[in-house]
Amino acid sequence: MELINQHTKAIMEGCKERARAAGLRFEDETLEYIVTNRDLLELTPKLMIPTLYDYWVHDVEVLKEKGRYELYPGNPYETVINTRPAISFYNDNNPDWLNVMIFYHVLAHIDFFQNNIFFRHTWDFDLTGQALSDKRLVARLRARHGRWVDYVIEFARGIDNLVGYFEELARYDRPAATPASRRFDYYFDVFLQDVKKVRTSDYIREVERYNACCKDQGELGIEGFFAEVVVKYPEFEALYEKSLGQKGARTTDLLQYLMEHSEFLKREDNRWMLSVLQVVRNTSVYFQPQIRTKILNEGWASYWHERLFLEDDRIQGHEVDFARVHAGVTSLPKVGLNPYALGMRLFEYIEEMADKGRYSFAYQKLGDAEERRRFDAKTGKGRETIFAVRANESDFSFISRYIDQDFLDRHKLFVAGKRLNRARMTWQYYIKSRKAADYRQMLVDDLYHPPRINVARDRGEDGSLYLVHKFEGKPLVRDYIANTLLGIEYLWGRPVQLETSEPVPAAAASSNAALAGAFSGVSAEREGEPAHISWRRVLYTLKNRELSKVPLS
Amino acid sequence: MKKRVPIVEEITVLSRGDFDLLLNMGEPKAGYTAHVRSLDELLERDRRREADGFPRKIRVGRLIKPGKGDAKVVVVPTTVEEKLIHDPHFRPPDEGDESLGGTGEGEEGEVIGESPVRETGEAGEGGAGQGEGGSHEVESSAYDLGRILTEKFELPNLQDKGKKRWLTRYSYELTDRHRGFGQLLDKKATLRRVLETNLALGRIPDPQAVDPNELLISPEDRVYRILSREKDYESQALVFFLRDYSGSMAGKATEVVCTQHVLIYSWLMYQYERQVETRFILHDTEAKEVKDFYTYYNSRVAGGTRVAAAYRLVNEMVEKESLAKDYNIYVFHGTDGDDWDTDGQEVLPEIEKVLTYASRVGVTVAEHAHGSSGNTEVERYLKKSGLLENKPELLRLDVMGEDAEEPRIIDGIKKLIS
Repeated sequence: MELINQHTKAIMEGCKERARAAGLRFEDETLEYIVTNRDLLELTPKLMIPTLYDYWVHDVEVLKEKGRYELYPGNPYETVINTRPAISFYNDNNPDWLNVMIFYHVLAHIDFFQNNIFFRHTWDFDLTGQALSDKRLVARLRARHGRWVDYVIEFARGIDNLVGYFEELARYDRPAATPASRRFDYYFDVFLQDVKKVRTSDYIREVERYNACCKDQGELGIEGFFAEVVVKYPEFEALYEKSLGQKGARTTDLLQYLMEHSEFLKREDNRWMLSVLQVVRNTSVYFQPQIRTKILNEGWASYWHERLFLEDDRIQGHEVDFARVHAGVTSLPKVGLNPYALGMRLFEYIEEMADKGRYSFAYQKLGDAEERRRFDAKTGKGRETIFAVRANESDFSFISRYIDQDFLDRHKLFVAGKRLNRARMTWQYYIKSRKAADYRQMLVDDLYHPPRINVARDRGEDGSLYLVHKFEGKPLVRDYIANTLLGIEYLWGRPVQLETSEPVPAAAASSNAALAGAFSGVSAEREGEPAHISWRRVLYTLKNRELSKVPLS
Repeated sequence: MKKRVPIVEEITVLSRGDFDLLLNMGEPKAGYTAHVRSLDELLERDRRREADGFPRKIRVGRLIKPGKGDAKVVVVPTTVEEKLIHDPHFRPPDEGDESLGGTGEGEEGEVIGESPVRETGEAGEGGAGQGEGGSHEVESSAYDLGRILTEKFELPNLQDKGKKRWLTRYSYELTDRHRGFGQLLDKKATLRRVLETNLALGRIPDPQAVDPNELLISPEDRVYRILSREKDYESQALVFFLRDYSGSMAGKATEVVCTQHVLIYSWLMYQYERQVETRFILHDTEAKEVKDFYTYYNSRVAGGTRVAAAYRLVNEMVEKESLAKDYNIYVFHGTDGDDWDTDGQEVLPEIEKVLTYASRVGVTVAEHAHGSSGNTEVERYLKKSGLLENKPELLRLDVMGEDAEEPRIIDGIKKLIS
């Protein structure tokens, strides 16, 4: 691993000037390293952070990647990590013109990391430095506690997808809470809704009464309002005081919850585990936005490397070479999904729409196709709009807000289906839908979405931890439940229960019929109504490292 | 005397000069493999997990490069970091087919392309020449896997079972040459060396007219034939891998069977010092031979099942190529237990015939999770036939769930081959 040479660095600096002139915003310093294939193999399991803590699973990954590389050699052009300064890795021996293109791509990524609000929590420190100190800590602990450190890392990583990333993010840009507003929040958000469970109309009446008090009595209005509340609900003040004591129980963040409430971890001998959990949690939270902005980030980078490269005066004569590489990266596949291609086209589309002022009621209400085609309010807001998109959206909102029917039609996008044709014994690919709603749904289904698992504080019996999985139409991977709960039990020190939903297994008889149908060449589905899945809640219990399951009525 | 105060070691995470260290981080001194723990170390660590009361996590995985003929297998360790995540393979049945993105012309509902389900290989391509060249890669890696299986997972060792006659034999032949001494003087070679020496010494003025009487003969120039030990591969193994690839096998059942067959293949490869030949047979209602493991592994159809067809093909092949006298023949059959031939009227005679020449027939049934256990056709008729009790040395049956984990699969191999 070595820094790029001065000649190449000069190219990079030239790229920075031009990118800045075009409106991209990023910090001055960046580091560029040339890496060999071996370096890459070693870095990949460590999320490209050279200083990440050591863990045996990474070693397994390296051995595996080494094997994979023997079969499928191939390297990415670049990889950027969101550190201060931003570090990017390159393959050896790119010609200068290609470096220009790659550098623009990288700079757009850096701009994205440093301006998209989903990365807000990563802006104030440098991960490589943080990771280095974590690595030392883990090494030190390992010298003392041996392989138990690895068990704790393993168990913590088992739940590092349940980290309450959005709660973490919400801590930024939050207005300061005053005692008055806390009481107000408790009354309207918790007391009326959860404790009293008042009807909506009563709730609204209370809101109106509050507004009236403030209007009539000014400063004293709030006090007057709560004076009446206490008359009506004498228990309110006591409950409110109690709620203040309970503050901070973040029940959606399992790792954090364990750190704060596990008796096992609070024992003197086990306190060192807390720091391991903290390291794992921090690392996980740090990388949460990456997976949630894939299409957006790659689209943004592809959009800019194309624009900036073509305007760059230093690369004349390489337009054809560029076109080849660029098309390789950003072509829309006949079947399949390319986040670079989709994201880039969507940015171009948004820019054009905004330039013509089409994100407006005047345009949206038009029904006539020809009028829609010709509509141009010449507002010229395109650039401004895409910069705002880059700053404020994630993949989910990017897709659901901006992919519309016009976009699909323009790029001839569709949802493809794959089905078995029994007569011809082939897999057939066919056009399933050209509707924007279906296309959005297909994309959204593919996005990263960890399960929502809450700690139900009041339901665990005898000190056990009761987890509730909020069912969203998909079951959990059943094979993984046992070992994950095993880890949680270890960290909690007592039994763990998980409530989740599972499909009811089809009765043996009906599945035999389905099989018979398959053999005779007639699909079971075609014979009658498609089979409907029914769901039931089940409760997994892990006690003394043994897993059991009971259905809940 | 001053009392010694015990120094409490502080855990500090930051040290002075961290920043400089970062900046000065140069190339790692040693290659990355030096930092990375070896496979053996990792497996050792995995064994210790059991002692600590946690399940094992490392599996010996395989990567198979898609490609015909030069299929390449690389043995790697794998492990899964288990978490609570949504099942990505789950799709509600009313949603129907798999959805993908796409772009291009066409109406809704229009078919835009298709790919064959059944591989159209040259079925039944016979001969011993299967997989030259590239297949060496398969072997070298499979040999390593076999070693790991034998050593780490304590699979039985054939040598230990006193079956050495299957292994190598040595013979002594006068094939090697040796200077100075030996059993038999090689006159031609000796004369050539003598001439060389004399030429070098300048004793031959005219190479066209050599006077033998003038030549100096050094003892070192005498070349002899010497007795040497030659490896003689007396016996080889021929393994038939049979797999049900009918519709019902799709998914986990296929995975279990293929995994087990790779492992068996690797183990035999080690036991027979690489002297293993393989034939792959797929069957649904008909059986066909496929030429490489890749095809064997990846083929899928949606048909019914007749196990008899596969065994019949084995019998035919053995007869036609008269393999029985040259090879130790192993037959391994993987299925989910379905057979249209419910009471085995067709299959059992074929199996009995196989048992007359095979060293071992191993049947693996990967049961579907939804069916009741121990109730598959194959299991029932094999048990009823009494063959399992009468010929336990020749026929073995192992039944496991289709979601069996690797340790269970390896256990299954022990059952089949021990």
